[in-house]
Amino acid sequence: MTAAHARRRTAPDRGRREMLLLMLPALVPVLVFSVGPLIYGIALSLTDAQGGRDPSFVGLANFGDLLTDGDFWGSFRIGMIWALSVTVVQFAASLGLALLLNQNLRLRGLARVLAVVPWAMPPVVIGLMWRLVYHPNAGLLNSVLRDLGLIGQNIDWLNDFSLALPAVIVVGVWAGMPQTTVVLLAGLQSVPKELHEAAQMDGASVWRRFWNVTLPQLRPVIVAITSLDFVWNINQFSLVYVLTQGGPGGQTRLPMLFAYEEAFRYGFFGYAATLGVAIVVVVLAVLGLYLWRQMREAN
Amino acid sequence: MARPLTRRAGRAGQYLALAAYMVFLAFPLLWLLSTALKTPREMALLDPTWLPRQPTLANFAAAFSEQDLLGGALRSLVVALACAVLTVVLALPAAYAMARYRSVINRIAIGWVLVSQVFPFILIIIPLFMVLRRLDLVNTLVGLILVHVTFVLPFALWMLLGYVRAVPRELEEAAAVDGAGRVRSLVSVVAPLLAPGVVATLLFSFISSWNEFLFALVVLKDPDVATLPLTLAKFTGPEGVVRLGPLAAASLLATIPSMVFFAVIQRRLRSGLMAGAVKG
Repeated sequence: MTAAHARRRTAPDRGRREMLLLMLPALVPVLVFSVGPLIYGIALSLTDAQGGRDPSFVGLANFGDLLTDGDFWGSFRIGMIWALSVTVVQFAASLGLALLLNQNLRLRGLARVLAVVPWAMPPVVIGLMWRLVYHPNAGLLNSVLRDLGLIGQNIDWLNDFSLALPAVIVVGVWAGMPQTTVVLLAGLQSVPKELHEAAQMDGASVWRRFWNVTLPQLRPVIVAITSLDFVWNINQFSLVYVLTQGGPGGQTRLPMLFAYEEAFRYGFFGYAATLGVAIVVVVLAVLGLYLWRQMREAN
Repeated sequence: MARPLTRRAGRAGQYLALAAYMVFLAFPLLWLLSTALKTPREMALLDPTWLPRQPTLANFAAAFSEQDLLGGALRSLVVALACAVLTVVLALPAAYAMARYRSVINRIAIGWVLVSQVFPFILIIIPLFMVLRRLDLVNTLVGLILVHVTFVLPFALWMLLGYVRAVPRELEEAAAVDGAGRVRSLVSVVAPLLAPGVVATLLFSFISSWNEFLFALVVLKDPDVATLPLTLAKFTGPEGVVRLGPLAAASLLATIPSMVFFAVIQRRLRSGLMAGAVKG
């Protein structure tokens, strides 16, 4: 009896030790190179750390500076416009495409492949490719618009103060459509057919069936993917860095580009860390509000 | 009577919409391809041609001779290979442990996987840069490999966890009944079944590292150690139109690994490798 008891106690103990041992190789780099720096980064936001100097504690002074920094608010505004418009347009376009791909149309296979291709491309290449499309003299877009007689002379899309941001948003939508479309398509395919058939028997039109059957069933998927898209978009860096480097005149300087410049061009590490913390807080607040509203409506 | 007519109009509308999507998705790609095949003379035309009149592969050769693209590609290859192998070596034992034992660590690890997907890199990259600077790893490929491994690890762990869970525990128990030791059953029963998952995770890690830009930009300041995405991004600068051909060619070449990955994954997803394992 005691022997059995003892064995019962040691077996899980040995299992736990074994588990820790197996997990250690993965745990160490994650702790050293991401959990640690994360905590260090939050601590840095409370210091005046700069290029060569030893940091000293300044409390919330950086956050005070941030609130009165016009450049930050400009960048923040652009970041919100970018993230919200890319997320919304991406969602609308992807839902449309997913609905089409869910139909029994010809060329559906080709369209599905095309819809996934941007996913497989490095962000730097996507940026370069669109620079070729937007190129003022050798670009596809100007050539097409001129042939259609819509513009008289070439437009320098990425260097125009009012056109640069919309042009960059289009690229953001193009680059992010695959993930959203694939997720929504999977969601559509899991809507039970019986629900549609029942609604059809009751004489509901296509539009009513979409509104009253498909959308409510899709709701959790929609909430999940739009939230993720929003976070990914506000954290976007590479694509816009390659397209415009934040120009012209800061018109496309997303918060991440702003923070990157503060840290690695000017060496204000503490201030840039503060920016990072502020963005996390804003993202969590926006997401919290959105998810809370969605939950309340769902109930 | 009106029913079939509206129905047909609806179908036509659907095809029209699908065509619009395909144009939007495909045209930038075709333009990239077309630019890569044009001669410098044709690039300099005031009115750009849609299709190259005399398609040439000269741009691909020029891409390699003009800038240090070959060096960049080789360094990217080293970093991505090291990252892929290290990631799987580190993640596989952890994934096995998480799939076979239940513990609080499981939940924390999965929580971290999710958090790591949404965190702004900038908050981590500054302190990480300071850590690397202290370790004298800035401007070294080793430094970049370490960073890439750390950031690919959570998702790789997640992928492998799924594959390990799909290997039925009964198989290991059956091997034990047949007298196989722990190591023996892992090597000859579990490993072959995990092989496809390991390959997929290797490929995923390779691609993530191969495509990565921001960390490389911060860690590798010295142009002599730049990886392919960095070399490509620098390629642009104040370029003349004539240089766009080689740029397009190099961009296409840089995309090949990811394309291969997606082609492989798509087939893998369908083949259902586990189907026969339990029945026997």
